[in-house]
Amino acid sequence: MIEEPFARGTTFLHRRDARVKIIPAVIITLILALTSSFLVAGTGCVLTAILLSLSRPSPRLLLKRFCTVNIFTLFLWLTLPLTYGGDKVSPFLFLNMSLDGIRVATLISLKTNGILFCFLALLATSTVASLGHGLEKLGMPRKLSFLLLFSYRQLFVIHQEYLRLQRAARLRGFIPANSLHTYRTYSHLFGMTLVKSWNRAERVHQAMVLRGFNDTLIPLNQPQLCRKDYLFLLTILLISFLLAAIPFFR
Amino acid sequence: MTTPSPLIELRNINYSCPGQNSPLLEEINFSICEERIGLIGPNGCGKTTLFQIIMGLLTADRGEVLLEGVAMKDKKGFRILRRKLGFLFQNSDDQLFSPTVLEDVAFGPLNLGSSPEEAREISSRTLEGLGLKDFEERITHRLSGGEKKLVALATILSMQPKLLLLDEPSNNLDPETRERLIGILRGLDQAHIIISHDLDFLASTCSHLYTIEKRHLVRCKEKQIHSHDHIHPYGNKPHQHGT
Repeated sequence: MIEEPFARGTTFLHRRDARVKIIPAVIITLILALTSSFLVAGTGCVLTAILLSLSRPSPRLLLKRFCTVNIFTLFLWLTLPLTYGGDKVSPFLFLNMSLDGIRVATLISLKTNGILFCFLALLATSTVASLGHGLEKLGMPRKLSFLLLFSYRQLFVIHQEYLRLQRAARLRGFIPANSLHTYRTYSHLFGMTLVKSWNRAERVHQAMVLRGFNDTLIPLNQPQLCRKDYLFLLTILLISFLLAAIPFFR
Repeated sequence: MTTPSPLIELRNINYSCPGQNSPLLEEINFSICEERIGLIGPNGCGKTTLFQIIMGLLTADRGEVLLEGVAMKDKKGFRILRRKLGFLFQNSDDQLFSPTVLEDVAFGPLNLGSSPEEAREISSRTLEGLGLKDFEERITHRLSGGEKKLVALATILSMQPKLLLLDEPSNNLDPETRERLIGILRGLDQAHIIISHDLDFLASTCSHLYTIEKRHLVRCKEKQIHSHDHIHPYGNKPHQHGT
């Protein structure tokens, strides 16, 4: 099962309807991803961090996610200052560091973490199931929302099936090596996993049809948007608008 | 068996697996009203296939399935039939696909047109009836094999079917859960057909037995007199087995 540790909780953000979190998440992500202004990226990062703190995430889990994402930015920090070039180059120890490179790396780091905080605060505080239903209500094609909901439920099962096959191979003395036999065995394992997943999909579909499934998933929890939801959406949209407008005021 | 319109009736059902020359099932004639029937037979003799034909998941080459005297001809017909029949799969993992137990049990009632509140109430009641009151918020995938089987049964019972088709329900159950399942099945009002290799289980839950012999469905004799070896004491005295 894919864990949803951030979705557990009862804070203000957890109690909001998925729909009023998806819309601002998309807008904030777009603003942060498209901006080239330091001020916008920096303010956005701070604002989303404040938003995230409202959902009171577990510090240990937060650090783990933070590190995972920032491994990528670390690589940028290792390469961009040395390779970006540009006019301003300052000698640092025995290396020539590009100031433009450092600028770009900082901007990307701010954007990346801003978007990470935004997703953790707004999307991770809902379960995948409610996000799927929320997306459908917002007009996403039904097939795509099914795909999301079922991938979430079945991915783990398929992985388990693959592990079972792999274990069976290992128990019969299979040791992976750089040989044709290894490649052939792995292609068999993948192929068999695919066939098994297909069969399972068919059986699950049968089970659903037998219980009256008619191409519509009816969620058991049908949350109604309350005044707090609208207020939250309005406030956060206003803040996003101001964030996007910063460059025009200067 | 002579009721004018039995709940389910099979007439001259013939079926052969795709790509196979010889038929798997031949001239199956059978009907059920309120009985509790056991179906026993070797692997691959077509027991599960027969269930799938009854539910409309497979189409017979010849013959028809009748629900209360009406022949099921198309998808629409079988959709009505599926409201009245509950099919418990051999593998419960295929049957449980919602994140939580409550959502899974409510899936059927929601599809049948219940409001979320009604579905929630029906599901809670069904779970409570099976002694699974505390399971509502459990994650379906994390249940043990026995728990999965009972929850899968709940997902079917919440649709209030008239007939249950149970495919090897006692497989891989520990003795305690097996006893619990026997207790539950004996307490239910519905008619049922159970596929099983577990004779004792069938003897405790069914009134008579059928088997598939040489592609035909045959009713087993009620009593068979034969001699056999005993490894339990008093084997030489008259006694009863399996109930």
